[in-house]
Amino acid sequence: MVISLLTGIWWFIKGIGLLLASVFALLKGLRLTFTKFFSRPVTIQYPEKKRAVAPRWRGIHYFKSDEKGDTCCVACGLCVVICPSQCIRLVAVELDGGERYPEIYEINTVRCIYCGMCAEACPVNAIKLGRNYEFVDYQRANLVLDKGRLLANAPKEV
Amino acid sequence: MELIYFLIETIAKVVAVFACLMAAVAYLTLAERKILGHIQVRCGPNRVGPFGLFQPIADGIKAFFKEDLVPARADKPLFVIAPMISITAAISLFAVIPFGEYIELFGRRVSLVIADLDIGLLYVFAIASLGEYGVVLGGWSGYNKYGLMGALRAAAQMISYELALALSVMGVLMIAGTLNLVGIVQQQAGWHWNLFYQPFAFIFYLVCALAEINRTPFDMPEAEAELACGFNIEYSSMKFALFFMAEYAHLVAVCAIATTLFLGGWDGPFNLPPALSWIWFVAKTGILVFFFIWERGTFPRLRYDQIMRFGWKFLLPLTLANIFGTGLYMILTG
Repeated sequence: MVISLLTGIWWFIKGIGLLLASVFALLKGLRLTFTKFFSRPVTIQYPEKKRAVAPRWRGIHYFKSDEKGDTCCVACGLCVVICPSQCIRLVAVELDGGERYPEIYEINTVRCIYCGMCAEACPVNAIKLGRNYEFVDYQRANLVLDKGRLLANAPKEV
Repeated sequence: MELIYFLIETIAKVVAVFACLMAAVAYLTLAERKILGHIQVRCGPNRVGPFGLFQPIADGIKAFFKEDLVPARADKPLFVIAPMISITAAISLFAVIPFGEYIELFGRRVSLVIADLDIGLLYVFAIASLGEYGVVLGGWSGYNKYGLMGALRAAAQMISYELALALSVMGVLMIAGTLNLVGIVQQQAGWHWNLFYQPFAFIFYLVCALAEINRTPFDMPEAEAELACGFNIEYSSMKFALFFMAEYAHLVAVCAIATTLFLGGWDGPFNLPPALSWIWFVAKTGILVFFFIWERGTFPRLRYDQIMRFGWKFLLPLTLANIFGTGLYMILTG
């Protein structure tokens, strides 16, 4: 009789303890969200503020231009060979002086995986990957970069 | 002549309360998104107008111009009526809630409550449970298994928590000895708030109210993760907007009732003139509404069986114990 009474009291105390513990846990959660409510949002307001990209960021390609404003590409075709997604189309011609020149140079950026192998393979550092990542269009055809657009993509300060 | 005055007075009060309520509901949707955003360390909507202040207007226009779909196999009359029941019930609750003391207008003393009912609290409970019909019928009439599941859960949850809700308020009634909400507020004047006499009842009331208005952690009827929005899954356009408004109006109503019953209604520390007493009421209700949004950003949804067990095995006995304790105290102290 006494023992059963004592066990009853024990269970009661245990239950109260459990209740208090769980209520305390709820209050702890509330405190956490309350402090977070007054903390500064981590959002970057995108179109107004832009996130600085890493120095090694690989964005849209561009052609480095020589002193005449033309590309210094020598149409060796190494980028075409190394490109894993085979998105570069190159038609080379031979100029009067005997040097090779890219008649057509197109990068299909829809297929491109931005691995940067073309820039690594280029013997004259003509093709490079820029820092720009804002490159969208409604038409797939507009996402194919030709020579002129590649030259225009070059960063301004360089 | 007196009848005409009464009519004009009542209509003016109804229009004022309705307008304030609708504005509050519209901006509550924005407030909720903003507060939840800041709790999650982001900004919330801030694109439409300064600080996103025109967001509710944009949402309203969008909801209004969306296609109004009715499923082919739906029970059409019920499908149309269900959101109306929801919003009507939620708005009707404000008929008996006293939001201020009185105001002197044109030499007449206008009390700031639409209907000073003697059975005010009874009316509140009756209408509040009526609102659940909207949810149940809306889920059932859409001919959708998720909707049906949501409706079933809503029905079960309503029965479980309505009981505990009514019982948690019983302690206040025993102290006040009246069902008249104005009378209950007047008895709490001068820091005799029921919150200090019935603290547990207040907590139970808040928990049950959360379940009553289907809010996290008790948002079983519309559990997004498992029921894909539950009872309102087939609703679109203005019908959905009505459910949405009903939800927020109900939230405000529940907070207003909590203010009336436990936080002394329009009673406040600085002796404001009676015409401005509604400021305290609005402030207290606002704090409670903030709490409801805050806890939504904190607690996860409970499992269905956990909710049922919590309601029947935990809340019900405790509210009964609270009534018993109140009665014992009243007898002992006379």
